[in-house]
Amino acid sequence: MEPKSAVPLKKTGAGNAVRPQVAADSAAYVDSGKPAVISAERFSFFYGSKCGVNNVSMDIRTGSVTAIIGPSGCGKSTFLRSINRMNDLIPNTRTEGTLAVNGCDVYDKRTNLINLRQQVGMVFQKPNPFAKTIFENIVYGPRLQGVRSKRRLSEMVEKCLRDSAMWDEVKDDLHKSALALSGGQQQRLCIARTLATKPNVLLMDEPCSALDPIATARIEDLIAQLKGTYTIVIVTHNMQQAARVSDYTAFFCLGELIEYDRTDKLFTNPAKKATEDYITGRFG
Amino acid sequence: MTAHMANEIQKLKSKLLFLCSLVEQSLWKSVKSLRQRDGQLAKEVIDEDVVIDQNEVDVEEECLKILALHQPVAIDLRFIVTALKINDDLERIGDLSVNIAERSEFLARHDPVPTPFDFDTMARITQQMLRDSLDALVNTNCALAVKVLKDDDHVDAINKEMYDQVKQAIIDHPQYIESLIHLLSVSRHLERIADHAVNIAENVIYMVEGRIIRHKTEEYQ
Repeated sequence: MEPKSAVPLKKTGAGNAVRPQVAADSAAYVDSGKPAVISAERFSFFYGSKCGVNNVSMDIRTGSVTAIIGPSGCGKSTFLRSINRMNDLIPNTRTEGTLAVNGCDVYDKRTNLINLRQQVGMVFQKPNPFAKTIFENIVYGPRLQGVRSKRRLSEMVEKCLRDSAMWDEVKDDLHKSALALSGGQQQRLCIARTLATKPNVLLMDEPCSALDPIATARIEDLIAQLKGTYTIVIVTHNMQQAARVSDYTAFFCLGELIEYDRTDKLFTNPAKKATEDYITGRFG
Repeated sequence: MTAHMANEIQKLKSKLLFLCSLVEQSLWKSVKSLRQRDGQLAKEVIDEDVVIDQNEVDVEEECLKILALHQPVAIDLRFIVTALKINDDLERIGDLSVNIAERSEFLARHDPVPTPFDFDTMARITQQMLRDSLDALVNTNCALAVKVLKDDDHVDAINKEMYDQVKQAIIDHPQYIESLIHLLSVSRHLERIADHAVNIAENVIYMVEGRIIRHKTEEYQ
């Protein structure tokens, strides 16, 4: 018997595609009722003839934290990387359907990639600071955007480091090499560097998988602080992490979006058997 | 689910089922001691409650261990939460059986009251409700759980009837007032046991369907 509160499914335009939408009664969430900042409509992504993401329709709401979970090779990273076209350099790929950020189609020919990636920042699995000073790492983006004033750049550095909760740790070492920082600090510096271009979406691809539990906890705290101001999409293999940090969770399997719902609902009473089997470790 | 957690959950299930059997037996003995005016059997129920209490603590510790070490989700989480709650209900049913045994010990030591009171129907329905709720748990059978919810109305009605009968008997035979009050208590204890069986049934429905139907069981039926 399917619970009454199961995800409402709505037919989209033509074809048989259905769009899993998050339950509308999530009054407890600050983002309830806010518009979608990322909107996929029957979006598919192909590597040659192999389908990496298959016919996914989902809206990601402004200011929310959305976790994408699923077994290896299920398309979660491909979907995440599609949002700011990180897959462009892979030869022989193509997309179908639409994927929009702030209402603009990401894969439209007229899309300005630089603008897109300013709006949609990304943090990777392994911290990848530039081999420069902490200060230079953060001002790199704003400089490219044409900010020259030293005072403004300094203010930006302080703001970004404060926002990424590491100002107090590094304020006296701004001109030391970023590579001298610990792994956890480097990852937070990467987040700070991303914040410097004033994005409204942050994509995180397993941001804690190379970090110890304490550094992981700091990144998770940081996600909680950034929530509301930024829309965060996080891919993680750590189910407890998905449950802890996210408002909504999407479960992908074999390139398809199987279930997308409020995190508390999905982890206590998932609507789909496949989701339940995956999160309880019965397969995958 | 890792083999490790599967083993732990299996162990918890066995412990919970063992507690179920102890509680069922305790209720059965207390009702029998009342029916047969058997003070010795009643004393057995009172003495054996300590075993139920110990098992209740064991089940709770097992649940907490699984929660802390394995962080279960979905059906596994709902099972652990259900086990924790049912554990409380079972322990309370054990205590209420002791209460019935205490009354029957008293009644066995005193002359039988002249008005015959028929506890058989009430005890039979209550015992069946407990058995059904536990079967529903074992077989994850929601239909059986729903039956338990419905049967409770019957027990409530008999309890109310019993109150009127005892009131009349006190007027008719005031010299038996103490025994009559004890009999009324037995009726109330049985009614409370039926309520705990209902709680168990509601928790089984939560475990299977993930819906909390407490306080709105009428809508559910």
